[in-house]
Amino acid sequence: MSKRKAYYASKIKRATHMLFYKRHKKPGVKGWELRKALGSDYPKVLKILDDYLKGMDLQVKTVFEEEKQVEKPSLEQLDRARFCITLRGDLTPKETKMIGWRIDDLAGLAIAISHIISKRGKAPRKEVEELLRDKLPGWKVGINIDRYIRYGYLTQDESEQLYLDWRTRVEVDQKALVDLLLRSENKVQ
Amino acid sequence: MQSKKEREKVGREKLQRIIETCKSISDRSLDPFLVDVKENISIAKEYLPEWEIPEDLCLDAETIHQLASVIKLQSEWVRHRSTSLYTDPFLLEEKLARMPKEQVVETFLKAWHPTIELEQISLHSLAEAIRYWEGLLPLKERWKEFSSAETERGLATREELVQQRILREKAFSEELDTFWQQLKEKVKEKGDEGKILYWDFVGAETYDETVDRAFMTSFLITYGYATLEIHPLEEEMFIKPYEKPETKIGNKQLISIPIAVAVEDWARWKRGELK
Repeated sequence: MSKRKAYYASKIKRATHMLFYKRHKKPGVKGWELRKALGSDYPKVLKILDDYLKGMDLQVKTVFEEEKQVEKPSLEQLDRARFCITLRGDLTPKETKMIGWRIDDLAGLAIAISHIISKRGKAPRKEVEELLRDKLPGWKVGINIDRYIRYGYLTQDESEQLYLDWRTRVEVDQKALVDLLLRSENKVQ
Repeated sequence: MQSKKEREKVGREKLQRIIETCKSISDRSLDPFLVDVKENISIAKEYLPEWEIPEDLCLDAETIHQLASVIKLQSEWVRHRSTSLYTDPFLLEEKLARMPKEQVVETFLKAWHPTIELEQISLHSLAEAIRYWEGLLPLKERWKEFSSAETERGLATREELVQQRILREKAFSEELDTFWQQLKEKVKEKGDEGKILYWDFVGAETYDETVDRAFMTSFLITYGYATLEIHPLEEEMFIKPYEKPETKIGNKQLISIPIAVAVEDWARWKRGELK
């Protein structure tokens, strides 16, 4: 193995440990932490790791502080960003059960997220509860919303307005979700 | 013809209504274009010459501030509509309402890429944990430091309880009565117009005694044996005993007055700097 290859192999190992294993309350690692551990060429290390993960249907996801995806990020923006490993493709409904999600809870999450997106990122909790109550039993609605908040998908302010939180930004392709929902043909119930 | 007062009243009501509308638009995420900014600004402009007192001018400023917030929301609204993320909430709501939950989930799964995170013990952390365990003292040795000396159980006498300040020498009501008599005597001796300066009565040789007297005085006032007279401008506070305890409160509004009896205050009183 060439010296250069060995250099990157050891860096990729280190990056894998940092990214896969939970280090903080929130999953993922900040750019500055990676720079400290891997050196200033950490974006290149992550690029190689991302290519390597492609075959396993995983990816290195970058979430910028600015909420929106940045086309050509500066080093400062990368340092402040959060890097996580997420699934590259999608799960089948059967697989969701394996990771602990009931179909009702996941449908509720999908409805809450898409409603908030359509309301420009902010919607009153009562309104979301009303929407969910249509298809979920009343006693479950509040519990589910609190669960989405606890997991980091939604956040709530003191005036009971719901917003999308960090986990939605990491895990959900918002544009794709809205497009898919609008394009989908309704199946007969 | 409307009088000036009436016109001002109408103007205030109109501005209040504008503020309320703007607030409900931003709180409930409604369409900001429901507000006719131009017309509302002309209303604010129309009434501006009428305002003379600061409250009315503040109301006018608040109206402009709220209208500015709505303009900001309008600009965000336009920007959002021009982006690819824009979708009509009603259209989406309609779609979601007609979709069975299985289909909602299927659609969501195409846009959802859950995070991978692992929690796993490693050989290194196991070795670390074993090292820690080996260095850890047994519980009986660690807890020895905190165990208190054992004392034999026995009965306490009343004198001992009094000494430890758990019991008082006299019944509280009896003590309060004696203290009230003391206040009346002190007012006769040193007071003026049937009252005495608070600190001249409460203050004692030691700080502990002072706190004790302040505590008793608070009960004298609460139970209607005396009252407080406060002169805020002169920063003077008097205590005035009643001849008979006032049990009827009548229609008077009761208020609580916190009085700090800090060591610094007591020291200032001792030096004659505090009234």
